[in-house]
Amino acid sequence: MTAEIGHFALILALLIATMQATLPLIGAHKGYGSWMATARPAAVTQFGLVAISFGCLTQLYLTSDFSVLNVVQNSHTAKPLIYKIAGVWANHEGSLLLWVLILSLFGSAVAVFGSNLPPRLRARVLSVQAMIAVGFYLFMLLTSNPFERVFPAPINGQDLNPLLQDPGLAIHPPMLYLGYVGFSMAFSFAIAALIEGRVDAAWARWVRPWTLAAWCFLTGGITLGSWWAYYELGWGGWWFWDPVENASFMPWLAGTALLHSSTVVEKRDTLKGWTILLAIITFSLSLLGTFLVRSGVLTSVHAFATDPARGVFILAFLIIVIGGSLALFAWRAPQLVSTGVFQPISREGALLLNNLIMATAAAAVLLGTLYPLLLDAIGGGKISVGPPFFNAVFIPLMVPMIAAMAVGPMLSWKRADLKPALTRLWTAALAAGAIMLAAWALFADGPVMGVLGIGLAGWLFIGTLVELGGRLQLFKVPLSDSFSRLRRTPRAAWGMTLAHLGLAITIAGMVGAGAWRTESIQAMKPGDTVTVAGYEFTFDGAKDGKGPNYSITEGTFRVFKGGKAVVTLNPEKRIYMVSKRQTTEAAIHTTFFGDLYAVVGDQDPSGAYVTRLYFNPLVAWMWGGVVIMVCAGCLSLTDRRHRIGAPAKSRAQGRVTAQTAGA
Amino acid sequence: MRKALFALALVFAWPPPAWAVNPDEVLSDPVMENRAREISRGLRCLVCQNQSIDDSDADLAKDLRIIVRERLTAGDSDAQVVDFVVSRYGDYVLLKPPFKLATLVLWLGPAAIAGGGLIAVLMFFRRRRTGESAVQPAAVLTRPPPLSDEENRRIEELLKDDAP
Repeated sequence: MTAEIGHFALILALLIATMQATLPLIGAHKGYGSWMATARPAAVTQFGLVAISFGCLTQLYLTSDFSVLNVVQNSHTAKPLIYKIAGVWANHEGSLLLWVLILSLFGSAVAVFGSNLPPRLRARVLSVQAMIAVGFYLFMLLTSNPFERVFPAPINGQDLNPLLQDPGLAIHPPMLYLGYVGFSMAFSFAIAALIEGRVDAAWARWVRPWTLAAWCFLTGGITLGSWWAYYELGWGGWWFWDPVENASFMPWLAGTALLHSSTVVEKRDTLKGWTILLAIITFSLSLLGTFLVRSGVLTSVHAFATDPARGVFILAFLIIVIGGSLALFAWRAPQLVSTGVFQPISREGALLLNNLIMATAAAAVLLGTLYPLLLDAIGGGKISVGPPFFNAVFIPLMVPMIAAMAVGPMLSWKRADLKPALTRLWTAALAAGAIMLAAWALFADGPVMGVLGIGLAGWLFIGTLVELGGRLQLFKVPLSDSFSRLRRTPRAAWGMTLAHLGLAITIAGMVGAGAWRTESIQAMKPGDTVTVAGYEFTFDGAKDGKGPNYSITEGTFRVFKGGKAVVTLNPEKRIYMVSKRQTTEAAIHTTFFGDLYAVVGDQDPSGAYVTRLYFNPLVAWMWGGVVIMVCAGCLSLTDRRHRIGAPAKSRAQGRVTAQTAGA
Repeated sequence: MRKALFALALVFAWPPPAWAVNPDEVLSDPVMENRAREISRGLRCLVCQNQSIDDSDADLAKDLRIIVRERLTAGDSDAQVVDFVVSRYGDYVLLKPPFKLATLVLWLGPAAIAGGGLIAVLMFFRRRRTGESAVQPAAVLTRPPPLSDEENRRIEELLKDDAP
């Protein structure tokens, strides 16, 4: 019964969404107030229905109802509770349901909190949101129904892939989806603005918080996945330029560009067309990311052939959404009038440079990800595009961007002079030089790119601090004046400074972990000691144990440095009972300068265990930097100007009603 | 975050994690071993999803790793080792595709996009400069109708607490 309720709620949601996609749009065009007014209740109802549907699927997982195919394929009675819940979205059908749940949640947020939006814009935004939702509902109901029954019901399920039974990975998809779907808001606003033919600062103020929130979630989601790979896959790698990673990275690159260009629209009333285009591109890449991963096309183009219904639907949906919005853009964008003018050397110019590089990077990643598929599809042969390609293309793009990132914030709006900005950065240049010398002295035999990368991180970090110091007039005016300037600095400005500092720290971490890791692979018998990067790892043997739905082999390493005990590491090897699959749980000890990382493997006939020991420098910086970036985004979200309108809600409400009535 | 977005990992059985290079494969000469690792990182494990033979635990990857090391000990240069593997498995084995007709768009694409973007930006500035004198009146004509009092009031409200 629960499955049928969930299924039925989904069908109702489709019907409501269809109505919400059409009536308000026509109403806004013709000026029928009552038609426009249907958007808000529809959005809220839609959310309620999807929530019921999602609740039903969760209930099916919690009660392990194996008469439902989706539960059979992804669950097992012995699975811990948290992974029964996470199992809901750890599969194709369930993850789509999560997608529409978030989509309808955001839609109803606009309906409920959007009182200060012009009614026409609001009606159109909600209508565009509903159009996206209709596509997803149809896709689910026609090709990917999570409530499909199976008869006869099996005794037990097939369990969730053990790799996915992990806390980091349980919340990774929701975070990622909050990001993807968050960009749908920017998209809906962009389309609504195109229909309206108007983009102004007020519009940008509405789009910015959504973009910012989506960016925070996406950044967090990508990092969670990366962190998971780091501790779960057993050799300390954290980024592989794998197509599924690229799928989430492309919208991040485009979204970061959007974040920066929307500032220009808001403050300077220019770059409107470009910002709208970026919003369309960002969401298109989000859709592409969702489907690339979910369709199986990444494994082989032939996956499309084996399941043509899904493949054809996805292709058609992408063509309609992307093609339709780009066509609308081509038709309406020339009517968007920008009033702000600026010189190439200016804050706007710097942000434009950021946009150019980020967009190129996104395009390069897209090209590298899809090229093998396209070439294969047109019969051009099979090629592989892997990390060496992406590094060769991506790094040359990032170097000038990070170099310019320290300078950009120092330039004034409209028209700026490069020379004073550069002279102010002499401390940053000095610091970068010193850091590079130190790195070179420490890791003379390491890659040159490592030295360059860490210098670049230092340049950005100090450069950002110099900019902050300049803003506070530090050491130029009395300290108390600087302090009051500090207090008056808007939170959005703090957000920028902190995010740039966070990025500098993250880059340092990436460079450290990428360029200077130490690795030692060997067979060890109990009592053996191996030295890695100055740490002595003594192996005390391994013992067997049992977890809730897996068996364990747990190794013990005592780690010493200079004769002093540092830590005891207990890496595990797990074998999951249902799938018989094996996972590793690396033991990681994090220090400021690097992670000690130990993995225990199989036992060979002589009784020795294969062990892998690593020292991964500066890894904590990588995660810490991202945490700072996400916090910076959140801080910027709390900026006063994003909250305006909230206190005036009741007044706004009255105004809206008056206008709707008048229209 | 490999296999990260995850449905695929469910559908296509993902091999157990990285038991890649094993102690018995490692060459005694560290310089030679480093070269072997470097080469391995650029070679695709043909039966895996986008993994290099250095990362993969598949049998085929292990065989290839051993072949790479055998060729190196036999005195081949790095390029000769790679050529040898390519002659057996084709370009598909290279994670960095070779520059040739079929990959022209792939290799030149990013540069073309960056160049195109740069030209678009330059044209934007040029148009702006000439636009200031000549095109401006036209732009004024196509402007949307002036704001209503209501809208002006809202703008005032919005701008009131604008931070610099």
